[in-house]
This record gives sequence, C-alpha cells and structure tokens, in this order.
Amino acid sequence: MLIFECPYCGIQADETELSPGGEAHLKRHGPGASDEDFEGYLFMRENPKGVHFERWRHSNGCGKWFHAARCTITLEVFGTYKAQTLEPPKKIKDQIAVKRPGWSWRTFS
Amino acid sequence: MSEPQTSLFPQFNGYVTVSCESDMGMIIMRGSVTAKGLGAALGTSLPKERKIVEGKEMQIAWMSPDELMVLCRKEHVADLITEVEGSLSTQHALVADVSDARAIFKLKGANVREVVAKLAPVDMAPGQFGSGEMRRTRFGQIAGAFWMTGEDELNIVCFRSVAEYMYKQLCVSATQGSELDLWT
Repeated sequence: MLIFECPYCGIQADETELSPGGEAHLKRHGPGASDEDFEGYLFMRENPKGVHFERWRHSNGCGKWFHAARCTITLEVFGTYKAQTLEPPKKIKDQIAVKRPGWSWRTFS
Repeated sequence: MSEPQTSLFPQFNGYVTVSCESDMGMIIMRGSVTAKGLGAALGTSLPKERKIVEGKEMQIAWMSPDELMVLCRKEHVADLITEVEGSLSTQHALVADVSDARAIFKLKGANVREVVAKLAPVDMAPGQFGSGEMRRTRFGQIAGAFWMTGEDELNIVCFRSVAEYMYKQLCVSATQGSELDLWT
C-alpha cells in the first residue's frame, strides 16, 4: 500500500484515496511540433526499476493534483510536491540522492 | 428550489443511530476564499487547514486550499449568499447553494469512531482525530467528508445522488452485534 502526504492538505492519504495520473513532468508537444516530439509526448514513457516520478490526484480528498517521487522496487516514497513546477524541487532531489546515490531519471539527476 | 423533505431515509437504530438530515443548508465557496472581507461577511473567523469552525448559527469547513463550505439553516442560505457574493465581488470566486445536491448523516452513539473506521481509510483513534477537524475521504466506494461534534456524535456529508449507498453501508457498519469496541 502506497501512502503519500498530499502537499495541499497535508493528509497522509493511502492509494485508495488517490487516483494515479501517470508519468510526471511530460512536456506537451502540440500542433506545429515535429512527429518525433509528438510521438514522444503521446507514447514514450519511462519504465524504470528504481526512482520514478508520477502524478497523482487526491480525488477523494481535496481534489488537487500533485507530484510524487518513489521507488518502483521497494515502493519507498521519497517525497511529494506541488504540481506547479517543471522539475522536482531541490529538496526532493537531495532526499533521493541520500538513499539512491547516483540516481537519474530522464534529464534529472 | 425544491421543497424540503422531512427525511430521505428512516432513522436506523444499531449500536450507533444513523439518521439523515435534509433541512440543512450548504453553501460552497471556491476561489480566493481566504479573501479579506469574507470572514467579516460571515461574522466569524475562517477555518484553518482541515478545520471546521463554529460561527453564528453556522459552521464553516475548510475543504481544500481554494474551497470552503458553510453549513447553516436552509432559510438563511439565500441571504448568506447575497452577503458573501458582495464581499467577494472583486475576487475570482464562485458561491453556490448546494443544499439540494448533498445529504448529511448524523451518527450518534458511544462507538461512532469505529463505524467510520470500518468504512474509511482514516485513523480514527482518539487523539488522531477529534472535534474541530474536517476530513474529506472515501466511504467504501464513494467520496464523503465528516467531522465530529463531540465524542459520541459524528456528521457525514456526501453527494445526494449516492446518499442511498452511504445510508446502507452506514447501517451495515452500525449493525447491532458488529461492535469492535476498539476505543471504548
């Protein structure tokens, strides 16, 4: 069972109170984009063994979208942060670096 | 507005009594709900995160960072909305009467905590949750919110379209003989 702390209302919400929203930090490529970029935006997803970033929605609570950093092997949660950001905050990156030295995910590390 | 009904469901007498209140007025406010002037219009201070506060003939609950809910008597709803809209006229905000869209259930009895604990993923142990707190969560498969108005009294609000599901699962959870006696 995954338990995330919602960064908007501070509740320790288990996954039955949340809705999964897929991979985090996708850049939208719309009209005018190249075929490769559009394909990447639509279909290309990370499937890591280890550190992963996801979007979740506190659907049965305050209703807000947020980001979560977790490990896909151990289900350990490194932290959650608000949706209004283009990359994980430094605090979250540092927390991951302590537990998974040398981690990288897409362009983040 | 539809005519208020006396009650949607009959009172259920298990080891905790379950009754449905349908004469409660509810107003949802969304947007810049921390705006100055709103507290003055309501005549009380606004609730902090995850709290519910008692005002003059009303309760105000924190629902999310941009949402508040006011519970009051149904006949006061129209006047309150006018006042609140006036105080929020320069803000980006929505004020809506949702009295007919929600249902409120009142649970009474010594073991109200465990009736909720059976249905919702919330730590209901005394000390973890108590009066003055508002918790939005799920009950079984539907969304709901609840708050306690004493150790043996608890209120649940949910969408009226799923009120029957809520009533039935509360009755099952409160059935005589299914006590867990976790905290009594």
